[in-house]
Amino acid sequence: MGTMKIDGRNVEFSDEKNVLSVIRKAGIDLPTLCYHSELSVYGACRLCNVEDEKGRMFASCSERPRDGMSIKTSTPRLVRYRRMLIELLLASHHRDCTTCVKSGDCDLQKLAHRLGVSTVRWGYKERAHEKDFSSPSIVRDSDKCILCGDCVRVCEGIQGINAIDFANRGTDAMVIPAFNKEIAKTDCVNCGQCRVVCPTGAISINTNIRPVWEALSNPDVKVIAQVAPAVRVALGQAFGGAKGENVMGKIVTALHRLGFDEVYDTTFGADMTILEESKEFLEIFEKGGPFPLFTSCCPAWVSFCEKRWPEFVSHISTSYSPLQMLGSIVREYFKGQNIMSIGIMPCTAKKYEILRDDLKRDGKQNIDYILTTEELITMIKRAGIQFDMLEGEAADMPFGIGSGGAVIFGNSGGVMEAALRTLCKGSERSALEELSTGGVRGPGSLREFTFNYKGKEIKAAVVSGLAEADALLRRIKSGESFYHFVEVMACRRGCIMGGGQPVHAGYRTKEARKHGLYESDVNTQIRRSDENPLALSIYDTLIKGREHELLHSHR
Amino acid sequence: MLEQSFYDKTDEILSRYPAQERSLIPIIHEIQEAFNYVPVELLPYVAKHIGITETKAFSVASFYERFSFEPKGKYIIRVCDGTACHVRNSLPVLERLRSELGLSEKKHTTDDMLFTVETVSCLGACSLAPALMVNDHVHPAMTPEKATEMLKALREEASVHE
Ligand code: SF4
Ligand code: SF4
Ligand code: FES
Repeated sequence: MGTMKIDGRNVEFSDEKNVLSVIRKAGIDLPTLCYHSELSVYGACRLCNVEDEKGRMFASCSERPRDGMSIKTSTPRLVRYRRMLIELLLASHHRDCTTCVKSGDCDLQKLAHRLGVSTVRWGYKERAHEKDFSSPSIVRDSDKCILCGDCVRVCEGIQGINAIDFANRGTDAMVIPAFNKEIAKTDCVNCGQCRVVCPTGAISINTNIRPVWEALSNPDVKVIAQVAPAVRVALGQAFGGAKGENVMGKIVTALHRLGFDEVYDTTFGADMTILEESKEFLEIFEKGGPFPLFTSCCPAWVSFCEKRWPEFVSHISTSYSPLQMLGSIVREYFKGQNIMSIGIMPCTAKKYEILRDDLKRDGKQNIDYILTTEELITMIKRAGIQFDMLEGEAADMPFGIGSGGAVIFGNSGGVMEAALRTLCKGSERSALEELSTGGVRGPGSLREFTFNYKGKEIKAAVVSGLAEADALLRRIKSGESFYHFVEVMACRRGCIMGGGQPVHAGYRTKEARKHGLYESDVNTQIRRSDENPLALSIYDTLIKGREHELLHSHR
Repeated sequence: MLEQSFYDKTDEILSRYPAQERSLIPIIHEIQEAFNYVPVELLPYVAKHIGITETKAFSVASFYERFSFEPKGKYIIRVCDGTACHVRNSLPVLERLRSELGLSEKKHTTDDMLFTVETVSCLGACSLAPALMVNDHVHPAMTPEKATEMLKALREEASVHE
């Protein structure tokens, strides 16, 4: 608690951890390239520098606010200094901006404009390193890296992976995998969180727009899309919509206009996942183990478990993820026809999931390509579709309906909540409310709670962020913690903050996306997966007697 | 693949340190001493043993100039290019060494594995500028001519040893 003077104005602060946060609270958008509130403080870029009364400069991100402090945020000296910093960064940056994937959304570019950098006095840096296309999810371009270290801290600190790190030193310093090997040969789990924080084009999404677009203009191919829950609460903002607004209707219209023949809702697949997974859980629960059962929806988590905790792989549910559920059913439904099946996902790891052998049938992928939310935004823009003017349409039948439980899959805790809903007595609002307020929702990246099922206690945990999951697994292994059922999502807060989502999502955007999904849930008549009539009906028709073959991984 | 003897020696080194992150640098140091370079294959091996990622081990090892991932010659010549040596003409010394040995900025070690020529930022021997080190010996006040003589002497020394 205290008061400080910022540019002559008195500003109160309470529990802000650094001066930068106080400055931002005071409505001044100080430039930064290496600060993320959720990551450890690094203090490398020095853009956040401010001056105290004595004209001393310090990095505001790395300084605690003190009562009585008096600082200035944009003296001529500071402005000159910041401009020089950007100029130096640009001098060692491969500046082919006009053709860079990040152009228009690049923090370095934006700051150069904002701070008025009009020349770079030290020549032009030619391309010096090959791009790394080895991963289906992300592309690394070291020539664009400004060594801010954001990706390193997210990968190590939040995800516990450390696939990339600083190497060498001085002018040779780079952020690369060990021995400069391909990223695909590391422990990288394809979560894309490094790409979310990277301020430049140094880490980007490995895009699949081209083959999809080609198929869309080929009359012989029926192109089918399915849209994941988290996409609908993140895409609208790119076209001037409100944060977190559910724009599913408009997305369906836009996809139809782009030429997709059928547009389905991944919530249908999510309901199938719940039907299968809760069956699996009850079986294990009744049998008395082995515990815990882990959810299987998140491919980055599955990959993490395989790489770091092989002893727990057999604990992961064999039920397909929602994407694969619907993908497999669609293949069956259109058997014999020339289709291309596309998943529109918030996730870069899904690009890896579709390639997994255990998710193929007769050697064929269930899904042909993944387009992330970001890629769909690009396509809509490229086609010149005025998204904000569109009138919404409903998703196509027969796979266009999902329950409310399926919609909240996009939030950390959503899969668990949807699964436990099917174990609630009846679907009265009170029962569902008791569940939703019983600990499955909430702010933390780890939530533990119990659920009463027919007089027996189910111990459950919900965790997001792989470093947090890693710690949880360690406790489970040592016996310190015990659960029957555990939901793991690799990305903090779940799919709404997936690696393929629009970036620059601050606290308010994150909250808005979350509420957008919970609100869609309460606006849905059918809230339990086991009440989705269409999902139930295919058990007697399309997939009759073939659940195991069509809906489960053979890991 | 490295020969088994490398791993045996590394095991011996590892046995002398606690299996903790902070043992990393001393361990790499000993590996460098033992083999005259740090075979990269050993880094994942060490990392696993002390419970860190190979990425971290590589990050640390690649940071220090003193650690080399390439096998080095019998005589490692470190030419100081710190400010004091630089202004007192260390570059001509370096150029002479390189041209006599057929080395360059890119190629540091002679094919017969006798000599490695590197630059260092400062040897901390500024009063002796321009200085260089051959293994652990400082040679002060160098000139290109002295460099040539020095190489001759080292060659002779090497042939005697054989
Ligand atoms: S995709 Fe995830 S695991 Fe891979 S390098 Fe990026 S942050 Fe690390
Ligand atoms: S790759 Fe991007 S996030 Fe990582 S250090 Fe470079 S510029 Fe920063
Ligand atoms: S944001 Fe403070 S140093 Fe980069």
